[in-house]
Amino acid sequence: MAEGFARIFQYLQYPFVRYAMIVGILIALCSSLLGVTLVLKRFSFIGDGLSHVAFGAMAVASVLKMTNQTILVLPVTVICAVLLLRSGQNARIKGDAAIAMISVGALAFGYLLMNVWPVSSNISGDVCSTLFGSTSILTLQLSDVWLCVILSVIVVFLFLFFYNRIFDVTFDENFARSTGTRVERYHLLIAVIIAVIIVLAMNLVGSLLISALVIFPALSAMRIFHSFKSVTVCSAVLSVTGALIGLLFSIAAATPVGSTIVAVDVLIFAVCTILGSVFFRHA
Amino acid sequence: MALITCKDLAVGYDGEAVAAGLTFSVSAGDYLCIVGENGSGKSTLIRTLLHLQQPVSGEITLGDGLAPTEIGYLPQQSSIQKDFPASVREIVLSGCQGRKGIRPFYNAAERELANQTMEKLGILQFSKRCFPELSGGQQQRVLLARALCATRKVLLMDEPTAGLDPKVTADLYSLIDGLHREGITIIMISHDIAAAVRYASHILHIGRTVFFGTTERYRVSGVGRSFLVQEQASGSAEDDNG
Ligand SMILES: Nc1ncnc2c1ncn2[C@@H]1O[C@H](COP(=O)(O)OP(=O)(O)OP(=O)(O)O)[C@@H](O)[C@H]1O
Ligand SMILES: [Mg+2]
Repeated sequence: MAEGFARIFQYLQYPFVRYAMIVGILIALCSSLLGVTLVLKRFSFIGDGLSHVAFGAMAVASVLKMTNQTILVLPVTVICAVLLLRSGQNARIKGDAAIAMISVGALAFGYLLMNVWPVSSNISGDVCSTLFGSTSILTLQLSDVWLCVILSVIVVFLFLFFYNRIFDVTFDENFARSTGTRVERYHLLIAVIIAVIIVLAMNLVGSLLISALVIFPALSAMRIFHSFKSVTVCSAVLSVTGALIGLLFSIAAATPVGSTIVAVDVLIFAVCTILGSVFFRHA
Repeated sequence: MALITCKDLAVGYDGEAVAAGLTFSVSAGDYLCIVGENGSGKSTLIRTLLHLQQPVSGEITLGDGLAPTEIGYLPQQSSIQKDFPASVREIVLSGCQGRKGIRPFYNAAERELANQTMEKLGILQFSKRCFPELSGGQQQRVLLARALCATRKVLLMDEPTAGLDPKVTADLYSLIDGLHREGITIIMISHDIAAAVRYASHILHIGRTVFFGTTERYRVSGVGRSFLVQEQASGSAEDDNG
């Protein structure tokens, strides 16, 4: 235990660990904001599909030996988000099928690329770290940190500015439409924000675990609180707390960062479920 | 000039009309009930009036300075999920969205309007409660409050009393009647033909034959008489079963 703490303090001396902490907290904050919308709308499906798209793009970027992979991954994911949303809006073609197609296709394509043009001798290690994040957060450059800070600020600002519209559109699309809200535009906005969050979160937890980062804090908060505002605030707090605990624990115990954070989020969910059923029955 | 005028309107999906030949107008202060059998296209008409979907043919004109976003809408079945975390206050406030415009947050006047509306509809004591936990009648009043925050002029209601018990139904009707007396124009779909002919000033009957006119004329018209008799007969048949 004491040894673990000593290790944390020792590690915090290093800039790359401090970068990881900053990035981790920002990503956790952003990913929790749209959690409720994602959980309650079919956007959760899009989120999952997009994370696979991001994996494919990441594979292309690493085969091309790009130094800053985000420059490729971000636009590709945003474009896919827009395309997926378009296909979903056409009620005649099932959007779910399109999402499944694109996401599985991207996954297969990415893995194929990584095998045909291996970047290092350890292919399965590369694939694993793209899927589960493992150590990539500890290898962040200062430019990555700045990109993350800027994108996070934009995401938080957009969310706050359009908070009430996002509530309307999530709660009752038809009513929102009848009061003159351009629902499609906000869907687009939400999809783009999701794409940005996914690309950011890729660094932290890898593409397979992103959904967990987005969904668990919102689900946990929904066990305890019953208004949109309190659920949103609570899930942001829970998400940041979970990321912080997970990061520190993974340093102390030398566990993989992404899966540790998700494990902490799962624990928080369990605690919230118990708290919710005992204390907040009719809050 | 009337608030809403429809001329030879046909409504439906993908260019196929489910109801056609609708010519009617609604003036300020009217209380219009839309009646007709299940599937005759009443909800489709309402959705078309709200510009949620395109008319198949014909035209809708809004007059008297009524903007399309100034119509308060109470949907038939809201697509609201069972466990959506939203408090009553948040939902009622969302009715002020149209007034708020591009401003990110609601101002004091809009909060006050939401409070007054909740008080008027007797739901102020639930304002912090979670919407999905309320009973059907309470939920209906919350959605009515939201619609009222969206308009001072016209309320468009799609079967507001569906699934409510007789007492709550009667309360809701007298509440709506009160709003009508305050000068709000009411357009309502109802299967409760008895209440429709009691409260409404005009009736629009959609079906094989379309009727539009005052309630007095509806009572004596062919389609009105046969529908009234039919509904009463099936109403008492349901009573026998239950
Ligand atoms: N999204 C849709 N796409 C295609 N057809 C539809 C759609 N929604 C409804 N319809 C059809 O349009 C017709 C009219 O439906 P509508 O909901 O307007 O009926 P209604 O008069 O409101 O009935 P009810 O009394 O049951 O509410 C029905 O035959 C229905 O099957
Ligand atoms: Mg209907």
